[in-house]
Amino acid sequence: MGAFETLQSGFGFWNPFVWLGVFLLTMLIALLIRGLGTKKYKPGTPQTKPFISGNREENIEQLHVRAGNLYWGFLESMKSYYKHVVRIHSGMISDYLLWLFATMAIILVIGIYL
Amino acid sequence: MLHSIAKHIPALTVAIPLLTAFSVPVVGRFNVKLRNILVVLGTVLTSAAGLFLAYLVFTQGSLTYAFGAVSPELTVPPDSGGIPIRIIFSIDAFSAFMVLIVSIVGMVSTLYSLSSEKMRTGQDGFFSLLLLLITGVIGMVSTGDLFNLFVFLEIASLSGAALVAYRIDKGIAVEAGLKYAMISTTAGLFVLLAVGIFYSQYGSLNMAVIADKIQFTQLDMFALVFLIVPMAMKCGSVPMHLWTPDAYSRAPAGVTAFLVVSSQASLYVLFRVCFSLFNITMNTQVFGWIVIIFGVLSMFVGVTMALPQKTVKRLMSYHAVSQTGYMLLGVGVGLATLGNPEALNAYGKTAMVGGVFHIINHALYKGLLFLTAGAVIYATGKRNLNELGGLGHTMKYTMVFFLVGAFAIAGMPPFNGYASKFMIYESVFKFNPLLAIVAIIVSILTLASFMKVFHSMFMGPKLPSVGEVREVPKPMLVSMGVLAVLVVLGGLFPDIIIKSVIEPAVNALLAQGDYIGMVLGGQ
Repeated sequence: MGAFETLQSGFGFWNPFVWLGVFLLTMLIALLIRGLGTKKYKPGTPQTKPFISGNREENIEQLHVRAGNLYWGFLESMKSYYKHVVRIHSGMISDYLLWLFATMAIILVIGIYL
Repeated sequence: MLHSIAKHIPALTVAIPLLTAFSVPVVGRFNVKLRNILVVLGTVLTSAAGLFLAYLVFTQGSLTYAFGAVSPELTVPPDSGGIPIRIIFSIDAFSAFMVLIVSIVGMVSTLYSLSSEKMRTGQDGFFSLLLLLITGVIGMVSTGDLFNLFVFLEIASLSGAALVAYRIDKGIAVEAGLKYAMISTTAGLFVLLAVGIFYSQYGSLNMAVIADKIQFTQLDMFALVFLIVPMAMKCGSVPMHLWTPDAYSRAPAGVTAFLVVSSQASLYVLFRVCFSLFNITMNTQVFGWIVIIFGVLSMFVGVTMALPQKTVKRLMSYHAVSQTGYMLLGVGVGLATLGNPEALNAYGKTAMVGGVFHIINHALYKGLLFLTAGAVIYATGKRNLNELGGLGHTMKYTMVFFLVGAFAIAGMPPFNGYASKFMIYESVFKFNPLLAIVAIIVSILTLASFMKVFHSMFMGPKLPSVGEVREVPKPMLVSMGVLAVLVVLGGLFPDIIIKSVIEPAVNALLAQGDYIGMVLGGQ
């Protein structure tokens, strides 16, 4: 049992240090490629400001993309799923207990007949 | 001296936090500083005792402790007719594994709370309840007596409910606390009913004795369902998870981190009942699949419900539900293959190792994530993600700790969550490829969800509406740092943890005969 031993799952293996080595090498290559880029820019000029397709920068509060705006497409496409699953989360304690009793009853029936 | 401590260490792990819990309000009436010292001392000693106990079990083998006996090892008195009549703690490697988790997270949660709750009122009661919660959880995972299990379950449930409601929060926290108390009490009543069924049939409350005699009669089947379904609810399994986001999101962050461990203690009871109490007397394939279905539902519904959430702790609570699904899936596959030694050795045991490994990983990274959420709420006073942003400019340490937790929960290498999920994916794929695919999709959705949280809280420009924000006090940072370091170490050295802790825990769970012999052999 060594510190750097490979974890075996019986079907595959995992060695975090091999992964780290490959990761660091990739980062090094990325840094080298980045180093080939141009260094000629003037700080404090529009060159270092955000470029929003030529539009003027809005006020800072409006620039931040809020949590509610993220994954809108995913949630919209799953609307029919969410309609049902959100309804289950009613916040009513009587519903919470009903789910417990219903689950228990179903498992009892399964246990008795299988 | 050390030998004497070692002899009584199982009792000390419960006695220290229990005595400290009742001393804290008394000392707090006279001197606040002294009370804080007592809380730290009590927590550190409890954790030290827990770690020492775990060390003893992992190095020397299982321990039993008969309360009130001439010698703690005397589980069956010579004149008792072969029946263990006392309350007995039966601590095998699986129990020790849970004690290890309680020791680490319990200490971190208390130290974090000492700082985060510093400016608030009612600290005497708060720390008293937190220590009672720790007592209850340690008792649940140590005891070998079913009625005693019920008592510790009630201690943990009621102190947990009181802590959830403790900060009132315009009545919302009180409502969450009441819900938690209601579902916990209902779960407790069913457990008590199951205990009664066993006692009426086998004349004993000791789990080893019942396991030795169990016939799996129709009544036993009822008892099994009365034990596993409420425990599945207490661990936050879908469709009985509805209380989880209410309770987790309203409790103070330090408490939430430990509530995760409290839920895992219910998971422990579920697994203990299935493997050590019933084992192959029941239809393991059917009940294994029931546990697997609980797991898959929890994974998928948990993560999909997390995605649209707008408050940070509520979102994380749904992820706690989702991650519990992985543990249920892994161990469920082990249970489903229990009656088939070939399948168990080929992939069932690996799935169990993955599932059990995920318990400790989850306790560490989910605890860390709840603490970072608490740090953000502490610093800004806001919990709505839509109102947050740009905190990375000022809360750099919290941001790094959050990223460590987020990558771990999403199963990104080289963090600890990856190692356990890797074991689960590979072995579950052999059992049923569809289940492994669902598990991988859930991981991807988890990463997406946490990137949303990361972006919403830490990225972007400093927002004037958030106001001037400073990094949280050092004790809170240290608490988060300890968990972050453990998350990284767990990811870098998974092989050591699996071989020294996880595999012995899984072997203990599988070896029903050893569990019975541990108590009945001590005559």
